[in-house]
Amino acid sequence: MAHPAAAEITSAARGTPIPRSSRDRSERVVKSVLLSFSLLSIVTTFSIVAVLGIEAWGFFTGFPDKPGIGLIPFLTGTEWSPLLGGEQKFGVLPLVCGTVLVTVIAGAFALPIGLVTAIFLSEYAPPRLRVVLKSALEVLAGVPTVVYGFFALAVITPALQRVSDAFGTYNALSAGLAVGIMILPIVCSLSEDALRAVPQSLRDGSSALGGTKFDTSVKVVLPAALSGIMASFLLALTRAIGETMIVALAAGGLAQMTMNPASQVQTMTGFIVAIFTGDAQANSVEYASSYAVAATLFLMTLALTLTGSAILRRFREEYE
Amino acid sequence: MTDAPHVPVARRLLANRMFLATCITCTGLAVCVLAVLIVSIMMDGVHRLSPDFIANFASRKPDQAGIRAPLVGSIWVCTICALTALPVGVGTAIYLEEFAKRGRLTEFIRINISNLSGVPSIVYGIIGLTAFSRFFGWRAGAEPIELGSPDSLLYLRLPFGSSVLAGGLTLALVVLPIVIVASQEAIRAVPNSLRQGALALGSTHWQMVSRLTLPASLPMVMTGAILAMSRAIGEAAPILVLGAPLMVLETPANLMSEFTVLPMQIFNWAGRAKASFQEIAAAAIIVQLAVLMSFNALAIVVRQRLQTPLQ
Repeated sequence: MAHPAAAEITSAARGTPIPRSSRDRSERVVKSVLLSFSLLSIVTTFSIVAVLGIEAWGFFTGFPDKPGIGLIPFLTGTEWSPLLGGEQKFGVLPLVCGTVLVTVIAGAFALPIGLVTAIFLSEYAPPRLRVVLKSALEVLAGVPTVVYGFFALAVITPALQRVSDAFGTYNALSAGLAVGIMILPIVCSLSEDALRAVPQSLRDGSSALGGTKFDTSVKVVLPAALSGIMASFLLALTRAIGETMIVALAAGGLAQMTMNPASQVQTMTGFIVAIFTGDAQANSVEYASSYAVAATLFLMTLALTLTGSAILRRFREEYE
Repeated sequence: MTDAPHVPVARRLLANRMFLATCITCTGLAVCVLAVLIVSIMMDGVHRLSPDFIANFASRKPDQAGIRAPLVGSIWVCTICALTALPVGVGTAIYLEEFAKRGRLTEFIRINISNLSGVPSIVYGIIGLTAFSRFFGWRAGAEPIELGSPDSLLYLRLPFGSSVLAGGLTLALVVLPIVIVASQEAIRAVPNSLRQGALALGSTHWQMVSRLTLPASLPMVMTGAILAMSRAIGEAAPILVLGAPLMVLETPANLMSEFTVLPMQIFNWAGRAKASFQEIAAAAIIVQLAVLMSFNALAIVVRQRLQTPLQ
């Protein structure tokens, strides 16, 4: 017969069952709440795919009262005139062309300048200057895109018009440059992160072999950071493709197949804005077409994002 | 650098100097762009700033127009966005960093979040319109269901329509990936030794997270949260799709009120040809940038005040 106190000790040594089970229960509740939060992001993606997919499918295959446009004519058609009186034409290529033109201009401006600035910040700039410049870039990064749209209309376009009469009030170059300014801080700060992640020992090695600062930065550090830099480029271009407010203000509203930067263009995002700010009926063909355009836009940005993360995973140089 | 010996030293030094010059030019150009941007907006708009400009509602006459409705609307939308996006975003980050086991589901969630951050905000606008404003077409054409009285703050109408609640929830979708990624980085920065210490002392996983990981990562989480909110307050495209009216003549009274936000008002004014509208657009931009600057300053203060080094 054991002493009562001994029994108590044994029970204590076995652990205190009641508190622990309640602890386990609350643990399980917390964990499932957190899991459900993280599943919300999957629900979001699913909704995007479902909503865009279903509406675009209706647009392609037809409505109760109207025939559908068809996937092939939509993807290969070179005329886009959904709103004008007369025959409606739904070939998405002019919108894609406008988007590509604006994105190419933005990339041609922002990628080289952003990369060189990043190299300067990471390899050359004294620490103090670096802090100042980085905070200036942070300011640029935080500016709402509608502000760049205003800047395009109020400053860039008048400046371009002074250079050449070819530029109208709305033109692709002005919008493209403004988008370029918008993505510049993204290129710059992400490339800089990639460059700074390269270990100091590589730089020291290059210097010890007699490399100049230029040799070190461009022939040693840059190749080592290439995957991160490519990823930053792709991310910046993704943002440029999806940019809306700048092109809605400055690029114009005429969808056309052109690579002339002086002419006005309509991008995919610009068209979506035109539909939702215009007076298109909610069950009309042109309204449904905006979902098909949004689906195209979503697939393009998705492809770029996936390429970016694939590059990061496949070509990352690991240094220990 | 196998070709290095063949290049004369003088030429390499020249290349070195020319490259430095290029660097300085490019950096200078970037700084110049920022300067021109700020100066031109200041010159256009600063003389339009006045107490009346803040206090007045929108008007067809640019001289009497003000930004009261969009400013208050921005605050409402941003608050709703913060109340929804921050718990969900931080919760997701905690799950992924502290609870999730490596596996297919976790990997899928991770990839999914990185893809969501690349989705253009106007696409989120379309999803917000379909999901929150229209409940996927539920009761389309019928009268909305009303819950509570219109006098109360929590008055609800289902579906939400172009209401301030729909706007806030849509922006929450836009910033959610940003909040998640920033919080993940913050939680990852907490040294593992602290976690092991807590677990060794017999705390449960959640006790460890709530009393140790979260407090330790709070400054970085908050910095990320503030930056995400400054993104939300500058977004116009999703709000545009939801259908904010061109002219709003009252501030929101409850979650179902119609609303507009500052970037939308800037968009409306900037798109007009008349010079006086351009000026008030610039003035509204100054207010918007001032709000964003104070957000950024807050983030810096939080980072510096609360940050205690963890070893």
